[in-house]
Amino acid sequence: MTTQSLSGRSPQEHYETLYSALLEADMYNIAQADKEALLLPLFKLLHDWHLTRSVHYHRLFGHTESPEEALAELPYLAVRLFKQLALKSISEDQLFRVLQSSGTTAQVPARVFLDKDTSARQSKALVRIMQHFIGKQRLPMLIIDSPAVMDKSEFSARAAGIQGMAFFGRKPVYALNNDMSLNEEAICAFAKQHNNTPVLLFGFTFMVWLHFVKALQRRNLKIALPKGVLVHSGGWKKLSEQQVDNSTFKQTLKSLCGLSHIYNFYGMAEQVGSVFVECEAGHLHAPLLADIVIRDPISLAPLPIGKVGLIQVLSVIPTSYPGHSILTEDKGQVLGVDDCSCGRKGQYFAVLGRLPKTEIRGCSDTGDKA
Amino acid sequence: MDNLQTLKQAFTTALGIDAAAVTDELTYNTIPEWDSTAHMILVAELENVFDVMLDTDDIIDMSSVAQAKLILQKYHVSFG
Repeated sequence: MTTQSLSGRSPQEHYETLYSALLEADMYNIAQADKEALLLPLFKLLHDWHLTRSVHYHRLFGHTESPEEALAELPYLAVRLFKQLALKSISEDQLFRVLQSSGTTAQVPARVFLDKDTSARQSKALVRIMQHFIGKQRLPMLIIDSPAVMDKSEFSARAAGIQGMAFFGRKPVYALNNDMSLNEEAICAFAKQHNNTPVLLFGFTFMVWLHFVKALQRRNLKIALPKGVLVHSGGWKKLSEQQVDNSTFKQTLKSLCGLSHIYNFYGMAEQVGSVFVECEAGHLHAPLLADIVIRDPISLAPLPIGKVGLIQVLSVIPTSYPGHSILTEDKGQVLGVDDCSCGRKGQYFAVLGRLPKTEIRGCSDTGDKA
Repeated sequence: MDNLQTLKQAFTTALGIDAAAVTDELTYNTIPEWDSTAHMILVAELENVFDVMLDTDDIIDMSSVAQAKLILQKYHVSFG
């Protein structure tokens, strides 16, 4: 950027300074009012940044003022635009990687354009957030997916998720074969080696259920990982069709694998890195780097605590594409602010499924027949 | 082999690059051989040859050869 701010710093330097300070702060102990005061200048910078760099963002919001008082004033992009437009705020030579989200058969995949800076920020943010739940140490890791997912030429949201969580693992073992069948030998060897020490398991929610839980049940197999921590994400849509809710999921994994520490997180392929992790009380929490606004599905006006509407997700991470404020097609409600029984500050919320009649989509909903 | 040679050897083995390419300035994601997948192989190799356990902060911060030295020094691996 060529314009200089009053302090003599470029907007990019200003952004980097504010962002670094946020990343160093505790992700969950800043009260909502203080958090918004910290985030607002960052989102103003991001809004102006993308206005000057993304043709599409400028076309949509060139006449929208940057937010002055509340995060809810920030304009938002409908998530489906990531399928229809090449949304980027970088030149071709800065392009590092294009992340493709769950494109199957007739569906058009969403494309997310990343430069090195945004990609690095995503990894670091995910680590900072997940450290809060699973600690800084790295653990022997069982990846509940097939190694083939990492080999594809396009970089999928699934691969990005696995790669992000792999920072917490050591000596990763894949639980599934390339054809998505259970790698019983690998799983049993892993369980035998680590039956009384902490381990990390990661997978997409639907994969964990269909290819791991169901496969173990079919084979009448139980494994003991009593000190294991399972992290999973990707959405509940396909599981709710099978009448499987979060508590059934947890109970089944407890009885099959002895797992009692299970963390679900909500996150978008369009905002990799800023994830909303479920706390011990079963509530999803916005970390310091991200927030949500619930909007009326018809009027799109912001809704108060308790009202069900569309979830708008905000993230201070993306500079390479205008994805800092996205209106999802997920329904949800804010459950409270600063007063969750787990002690974490900020907003906590619930996701209540998809808006009807939207295209079926979800990271873990790829290529499977129930 | 001194620690510097061991470090260079770990980088060449894990990333599959020439020893001559392993300079302090060599930076993560600037060559195709040092991508995020190779990074995890590198971390495992460094842990193995120096007998250390690196945590998630360490491997996120390990963005260059120079940084790798600094981080390993925290674990009492000296580079003279």
